[in-house]
Amino acid sequence: MDGKEMETTKHSIKIKVNGEEHACEIEPRLLLSDFLRHELGLTGTHVGCEHGVCGACTVLMDGVPVRSCLMFAVQAEGHEITTVEGLAESMEELHPIQQAFWDAHGLQCGFCTPGILMTLVPFLEENPDPSEAEIRQAISGNLCRCTGYQNIVEAVKLAAERGLNS
Amino acid sequence: MKPPPFDYLRATSLEEALEFKAQHGEEAKFLAGGQSLIPTMNFRMVQPSILVDLNEIPELDYINLDSEGYLRIGAMTRQCRIEQDPEVERNEPLLHETIPFIAHPQIRNRGTIGGSLVHADPAAELPVIALATQAQLQVKSADGERWISGADFFQGMFMTDLGPEEILVEIKFPPIPERTGWSFMEVSRRSGDYAMMGVAAVVTLEENEICEDARLVYLNAGDGPVDAKEAAKILIGERGSAAVIEAVSEQASQKDIDPFGSIHATMDYQRHLASVLTTRVLKQAFSRASNT
Repeated sequence: MDGKEMETTKHSIKIKVNGEEHACEIEPRLLLSDFLRHELGLTGTHVGCEHGVCGACTVLMDGVPVRSCLMFAVQAEGHEITTVEGLAESMEELHPIQQAFWDAHGLQCGFCTPGILMTLVPFLEENPDPSEAEIRQAISGNLCRCTGYQNIVEAVKLAAERGLNS
Repeated sequence: MKPPPFDYLRATSLEEALEFKAQHGEEAKFLAGGQSLIPTMNFRMVQPSILVDLNEIPELDYINLDSEGYLRIGAMTRQCRIEQDPEVERNEPLLHETIPFIAHPQIRNRGTIGGSLVHADPAAELPVIALATQAQLQVKSADGERWISGADFFQGMFMTDLGPEEILVEIKFPPIPERTGWSFMEVSRRSGDYAMMGVAAVVTLEENEICEDARLVYLNAGDGPVDAKEAAKILIGERGSAAVIEAVSEQASQKDIDPFGSIHATMDYQRHLASVLTTRVLKQAFSRASNT
């Protein structure tokens, strides 16, 4: 390192998150995960490993689960990002998958939970009646240190039983 | 765990991407899916001063079967798309079988076939498949284009033949001969981890079950995908008997590969895995070849 501060141009971009467009000026190196948490205050997206392994940072980009720690916020311009804060219709009513996790005790500390929920929402939309093996395969990219996955799987089964449109 | 500063250029066409690269040369790095590059930038192992984003170039995202039966895939095609494509399943089943072993579903939603090949991680699956299928890679620069085989493309750990102003644009898979079988297997400690060992096998049989062509390629077994040529030679002119397969496993695992060992698996264990996996993939490849 030569000790010189490198000046890079900030980019003015518009990013759509949970249906709302945000205009901001950011450095290209700002990761999408940090943008969501620090620029927008949406701290539901968690940062665990910052190299794509743990899944705590998973969000939806154009409806598809991606690692927000492996994207730069500037790349999200022109796309739609959905975070866990965007799941519930209102403060009063949880999304069916969130309600199922509540009812089946599918979380303990909750650190992995937002990443798991975002992974599961498109999964259940495409697979409304998954087998246990399919559920475990679907969450194989999300690490949980608390639950041993048992009640996570039960919560998914409950959500599937109830249907996502309940 | 945050990258150092860099400048960002978003290319909206291949031409623009090549122009940016020609302007900036070595200073600029292409950003494909980012699933390998961004972690290395987060670790500050790689510090490009300029990133040229390829993710908004639709012309590099395609899967086409041409009139001669070649399966042609654009370099920016997402791994998840390849995983789900019925033409890939039909025409290049080895590729179809291997993709689900790459990392996790979320990674495959962004990761691209071209990005993985150019990153050239010795533990990656796609370089192994490029060699096992004898795919040809198309490389372009502002001045022209060329085709190169996988064998010539991979030059060492994270090193390829790609020049400073070049970009990989297409991967072309040749049609599979009749009576050809395939198999891919790998062993990792957790689903989605880098594998401790993995192998792809392709065998082609004559009418009487005699093998006339074979390839065995290993990952995490050297400084790039390892083509076990001496081991594969043992199969030529033979049937896939237990004795022949055992001889091939022995040659491959003890002589042809050169695994480095790591905290997850010692060299000896990697060789042991190679031996077991070789036997299994060959059995499956021979069985599939007989049934086509």
